[in-house]
Amino acid sequence: MLARFRALRSDLATVTAVGRDPFGVAFDAILSATEAILDGKRVLLLGTNNYLGLTFDQDCIDSAVAAIMAQGTGTTGSRIANGTYGGHAALEQRLARFLGRRHAMVFTTGYQANLGTLSTLAGRGDHLLLDADSHASIYDGAKLGNAQVTRFRHNDPDDLRRRLRLLADQPGEKLIVLEGIYSMLGDTAPLREMVKVKREAGAWLLVDEAHSVGVLGAHGRGLAEAEGVEADVDFVVGTFSKSLGAIGGFCAFDLDDFGALRVAARAYMFTASLPPSIIASVFQAIEAMEAQPQLRDILRRNGQHLHAGLAAAGFALGAKPSPIVSLPMPDSETAIRFWNQLLDAGVYTNLALGPATPGGRPLLRMSVSAALTPDQIDTAIAALTQTGQRLGLIAVGMAAAE
Amino acid sequence: MSDKQLVLREIMGALEELGKRPVSVTMETSLLHDLSLDSVTALDFIMQLETRLDIIIPMDGMAEIETIGDLVGVLTRSTSKAA
Ligand SMILES: Cc1ncc(COP(=O)(O)O)c(C=O)c1O
Repeated sequence: MLARFRALRSDLATVTAVGRDPFGVAFDAILSATEAILDGKRVLLLGTNNYLGLTFDQDCIDSAVAAIMAQGTGTTGSRIANGTYGGHAALEQRLARFLGRRHAMVFTTGYQANLGTLSTLAGRGDHLLLDADSHASIYDGAKLGNAQVTRFRHNDPDDLRRRLRLLADQPGEKLIVLEGIYSMLGDTAPLREMVKVKREAGAWLLVDEAHSVGVLGAHGRGLAEAEGVEADVDFVVGTFSKSLGAIGGFCAFDLDDFGALRVAARAYMFTASLPPSIIASVFQAIEAMEAQPQLRDILRRNGQHLHAGLAAAGFALGAKPSPIVSLPMPDSETAIRFWNQLLDAGVYTNLALGPATPGGRPLLRMSVSAALTPDQIDTAIAALTQTGQRLGLIAVGMAAAE
Repeated sequence: MSDKQLVLREIMGALEELGKRPVSVTMETSLLHDLSLDSVTALDFIMQLETRLDIIIPMDGMAEIETIGDLVGVLTRSTSKAA
C-alpha cells in the first residue's frame, strides 16, 4: 500500500534537497496579519489570502472570546445530530442578507462547501461542467457525486457553448461551475459571457467566490456583483478562511426547495459544525467588511503596487493586477530555489508546483492584504527583484530604468 | 478514412500541439510511461482531442485510458455516437 507513495516521496526529496521543506514550514510565532517569526527571524507574509487583514481585528477577537466563554470550545457534533446553535442560524441569516440571497447554508470548511454542494446538487443523469482550472475541492465534489462530469477550457465561453450543444439532447440538468478569482494566477472568469452561454443552454450556474468575496464588487459580494450578473448566478459558494479571516464555508441561493441539501449533503451531515467562537468572529468580520469598504480600496491598491513593481523590474506576470500576484517559473528547480532565497531574504510566499497549477507549470504565488503597508510592499519588491536577478530570471538594472 | 485512422491522426496532431513528437506511437504506447503525460497533462491532452473531434468524453471514463489503444477505443466509440 505504501509503494504508491514512493514516487511522491522522491518528488518531495527533490523539493527539499535545495533547502527547507516548503510544505512543512513551521512558524515560531505569528505577530500580525502580515508578519511572523520563522527560525528566529522576522518574515513578511506575502501569501496568506488574508485579504482584508481581519485575523487580528479586535472586534472579531472580542466576539470570538465572548462566544467561547458563553458557549464553550466546540459543538462536538454535526447540526443534524447535535443541533443548531443560535449562532449558526444567525450567521446564515446575516450571510444571506449580506449576499442579497434568500438562503445561506454554512459548512465547516470551504472545501466541504464545494464537496457537499456539487455532489448533491447534480445527481445521476445530470451534468456538471467544470472550468479546467477549477480548485481541487470542485473536482473532488464532482467525483463524490453521481453526475457526468465534463471539463471545459479555462475561461473559454465558446468551448463551454460547444460542450453544452453536444449535451443538448441528453436528459438531465446542466450545472456550470466557475470561480470568481482563480486561486493560482488571480485571473477572473469572463462572467458576463459565461452567463450568456448559461442562458442559451438553460443551464444552472454556480460561482465559487472563495477569493472574491470581500475583494470584488462595490459591496464586496464578489465577481458577480462587480459584473452586474448576480441574478443569473444560481448558487454562490465561498469560504470564511480568506477575506473573513477564520475558517468555514457556505453556499447561498434563492431557491426555497434546496433546503433539502441539509439532509442530503454528506459533507454537511457527517462532520462537526463550526464552534461558537468561529461563528462569532465570522459574523463580526462580515460587519467589519460592510463597515469598512475602504479596506477593499487599500487591497486593490496594494495588489496594483506589487504588480506594477514586479512588472517594472522586468518580471513576466501571470495575470492582470489583482490581490493574487503570481510569477510563472521556468521549472520546478528554479521555483524551489526562488522560494528558498526569498525566505532567506525575509519574505514568505507560496510555492505552487504541478499538478495543482494551471498546465502543471510551477508558480511563485503571492497574495496581498489590506493590512500591508506601502513600505512592506516595497521591501518585498526589492527582495523579489534581487532574487530574480540572482537567478537570472530578469536582467540586472531593469528596475533602475523605471 | 476509417474512424480509427481519423482518430489516430488527431491524436498525433494533439501530441504535437503539446510539444511531444514521439518517434513512434503504437496501440501499446503508454500515456504515462512512454509519453510522460502526468495526470494533468493527460487531462489537457484529452480536452484537446475532445475539441478536435467535437465530442465529449466524461471524466469518469478517463480512468480506464492507459495506452494509445485505450484512447483510440474511447474516441472511436464517442465519434461514431456523435455521427
Ligand atoms: C476556489 C477555492 N474554493 C474553495 C477553497 C477551499 O476553501 P477552504 O480552504 O476554506 O476549505 C479554496 C481555498 O482553499 C479555493 O481557492
